[in-house]
Amino acid sequence: MTDKPEKLIDKKGLRLDGRKPDELRPIKIEVGVISNADGSAYIEQGKNKVLAGVYGPREVHPKHLALPDRMVLKCRYHMAPFSVQERKSPAPSRREIELSKVIRESLEPAIFVEYYPRTMVDIFVEVLQADGGTRCASITAAALALADAGIPMRDIVVACAAGKAGDTIVLDLMDEEDKYGTADVPVALMPNLNAVTLLQMDGILSYDEFESAVNLAIEGCKKIYTMQKEAIRRKYASAKEEGEE
Amino acid sequence: MAAVITKVKQKEIAQLIEKGKRLDGRGLTDFREIKIEQGVIERAEGSARVRLGRTDVLVGTKIEFGEPFPDTPTEGVLTVNAELVPLASPVFEAGPPDENSIELARIVDRGIRESKAIDTEKLCIEPGKKVIVVFVDVYVLNHDGNLIDASALAAMGALLNTKVPNYEVEDGEVKIKSGHTQLPIKRNPVTVTFAKIGGKLVVDPWLEEEQVMDARLSIAIDDDGNICAIQKGGNGYFEPQMILEAAKIAKDKAKEIRKKLGW
Repeated sequence: MTDKPEKLIDKKGLRLDGRKPDELRPIKIEVGVISNADGSAYIEQGKNKVLAGVYGPREVHPKHLALPDRMVLKCRYHMAPFSVQERKSPAPSRREIELSKVIRESLEPAIFVEYYPRTMVDIFVEVLQADGGTRCASITAAALALADAGIPMRDIVVACAAGKAGDTIVLDLMDEEDKYGTADVPVALMPNLNAVTLLQMDGILSYDEFESAVNLAIEGCKKIYTMQKEAIRRKYASAKEEGEE
Repeated sequence: MAAVITKVKQKEIAQLIEKGKRLDGRGLTDFREIKIEQGVIERAEGSARVRLGRTDVLVGTKIEFGEPFPDTPTEGVLTVNAELVPLASPVFEAGPPDENSIELARIVDRGIRESKAIDTEKLCIEPGKKVIVVFVDVYVLNHDGNLIDASALAAMGALLNTKVPNYEVEDGEVKIKSGHTQLPIKRNPVTVTFAKIGGKLVVDPWLEEEQVMDARLSIAIDDDGNICAIQKGGNGYFEPQMILEAAKIAKDKAKEIRKKLGW
């Protein structure tokens, strides 16, 4: 357990890890990392390490859940027991069940679910190491895994949080800011459609602060979106080279 | 939580909302009639039953003595659970809580926790060892839409009505004495839920509106008009502008409800 830091923002206006308020953590994204999965992606955002895999469209299991006019989308968000300071029981917690639901609902608006009736698509997200903002990193990776699996989508969903640490509105909260900050606002976005597909908040914000946090989170989303696109191009550029050999 | 609703009715609901009207005659930002009854279960330390139109939610609180969480050794513990009991709707099934009831419980929990509604510091008996644990159990008795706002109101109603038994500590053991004090409550958050239907926002959706909505947005507002919790739900999306509009409406609505209830 880390002790509560004295101040989340120093005199120069910098954060605990030296970032400016509107700065993202270093992000590394890789697409196509699990050979068994139909689509997969890996993201590192700060100390977050998150792996997402997609299986499908495939037969619905159990069969009676099949829908005649659309696919069934399933999502499981799960944290590894060693991903946090104190060992987390591998059994799904209430938090993980809620996050599985909101992550699924953040991705579903992007998917043309009516293209694959009577099928199922499974999204599996494993948080290998958590550092604040895992739901956002999970959405960013899961959307890429869906794209990698060739699921037709309106846009690639991307997510980023903003919040309030001390008296400052900050982007991409890390663990300490999440724990000891005043508020956390995770946002998922389809940038091309200007559509917010996930919005949560906890903490206390005035209306004006909330407005700046949402706008800052959207800016962050757009920056990560560029990295997502680069990552997916990288995979298919290398796949092309392999094919030419 | 899907149930059958005809395509004709879906269309009718959406078309009316397009014109700024609703099937049950309400304006787009009107709540249904809110009735709250407190102290309805004598065995519970606190209780409240809220009727929001035909939606009916009962909340009971129980007080126990237990250990604090290691990261908050000087604070009491709040636990919220929600049961979608099978008698409340043809689509509710008995069994362990599903994602809908867990989400409901966690939204109610977040509203109370983040607004700091309960003065948890006053629930500490011995730092790191003994604190008061408050259990809030949400019991949905009839589902006619907007369980979130009804449950959040009933939970606050029950907490305001909760009595902590008097006790003394002897050799590290808590002994209950006769008499009681009121559970210390600092804030009264109110949650306002919106449904997005055909590009418009409606407040307090009833069941059939929930079945046609694209997405849902719940916003908890504290006594000062600050936002303290938000949850988006459903398979649709919101334009950023619409979210800000909802936050403004929620602030006014919460004030209105708080005034009506005398909170």
